[in-house]
Amino acid sequence: MMDHLILRVMIKLFFAPILLFALYVQFHGDYGPGGGFQAGVIFASAFILFALGFGLRTTQKAVPPSVLPYFMVTGLLLYAGTGVVTLFLGGNFLDYYVLAPNSHHNAGQHMGIFLVELGVGMAVFSSMLTIFYYFAGREPEISDEDW
Amino acid sequence: MNEPLQLISDFQPSANLMQFIEISILTLLLVVSIAMLRMRRLFGVVMLSGIYSFLSALFFVALDAVDVAFTEAAVGAGISTILMLSAMLLTARREKPFVPGHAFLALLVCVVVGGALVYATFDAPLYGDPMAPANAYVGQAYVDRMAVEISMPNIVTGVLASYRGYDTMGETAVIFTAALGVMLLLGLGSERGGRVVSDVPPEPEASPSSDSTAQNSTAQNSTGQKSPAPTANSPIGREDAP
Repeated sequence: MMDHLILRVMIKLFFAPILLFALYVQFHGDYGPGGGFQAGVIFASAFILFALGFGLRTTQKAVPPSVLPYFMVTGLLLYAGTGVVTLFLGGNFLDYYVLAPNSHHNAGQHMGIFLVELGVGMAVFSSMLTIFYYFAGREPEISDEDW
Repeated sequence: MNEPLQLISDFQPSANLMQFIEISILTLLLVVSIAMLRMRRLFGVVMLSGIYSFLSALFFVALDAVDVAFTEAAVGAGISTILMLSAMLLTARREKPFVPGHAFLALLVCVVVGGALVYATFDAPLYGDPMAPANAYVGQAYVDRMAVEISMPNIVTGVLASYRGYDTMGETAVIFTAALGVMLLLGLGSERGGRVVSDVPPEPEASPSSDSTAQNSTAQNSTGQKSPAPTANSPIGREDAP
């Protein structure tokens, strides 16, 4: 198992910074470029990179495919649930002002956008990783002469 | 914004370094797409489509659309390249040879549609026009109201998540549905230990004693011991595989 040693060392080196960058994009999307969608894709791409270097089975031990649908549903429900909460607080659907009324710096908007983007990030991350798992799991792992 | 909007703009584009860079990127996009058309090896086509996405992202950066460039680089060059590679492994490695026929009809359709598109560009606002409709009406309203209503520096996030939050919820549902469809169509078998779905016909001489060893032999095939059936009919490189 000493094939692709340099690639594997580089993947190990880059794995944590990619995850960290995805979290930065997720939670800094209000101030810089980015947001939940991009963060979810980057978060999933870290695991896909790991799967390319170390094999699908190893990755599926770390992030089992059976837990990903729960993430998908939770992300979507977090988004829709934010809208339902604003409904119950007396506003329109996804009207974030009612989350923090009487705020002078639009704290309700910030809270609502934070929750909604978190939901998008979770749903996109788990969906992308699921799609990759199911596509890559159809076929035996890529051997060297196929490239 | 008290002054009335100009309907007829007197904007005159001027050549500068930025436009030179943008035209260079667009030329590279054209070159890459022609190379993709000419190439028959699907691995090269997938790699070129990744390069195409990176060039598009570069072009969006040059247009100051950083969020779109970010998405293009992450999704177009990252995820979809990987997905295309995975899909390529399910089919052949090389495109089928070109079959002549209907060439005149296809050329006619291309010329007519292309001519209509070129004709439509004559009505489009000039490149970089600050009074273009995309910059003037709704876009300007978002820029003006954003600081008061949401007070968030990134206008794109505010528009996506707050002003158009309902649309973004629909997009999230679309992605959720896409993953759900992939799970249903390409299922790996039941998560609770059901039979693994495989295109490989069962080995006649293996004679598995139980279901678990049958699964193990399928898994060991995947480590490259012998060439499995779905790729054996691909035209290149599988017959001499060890």
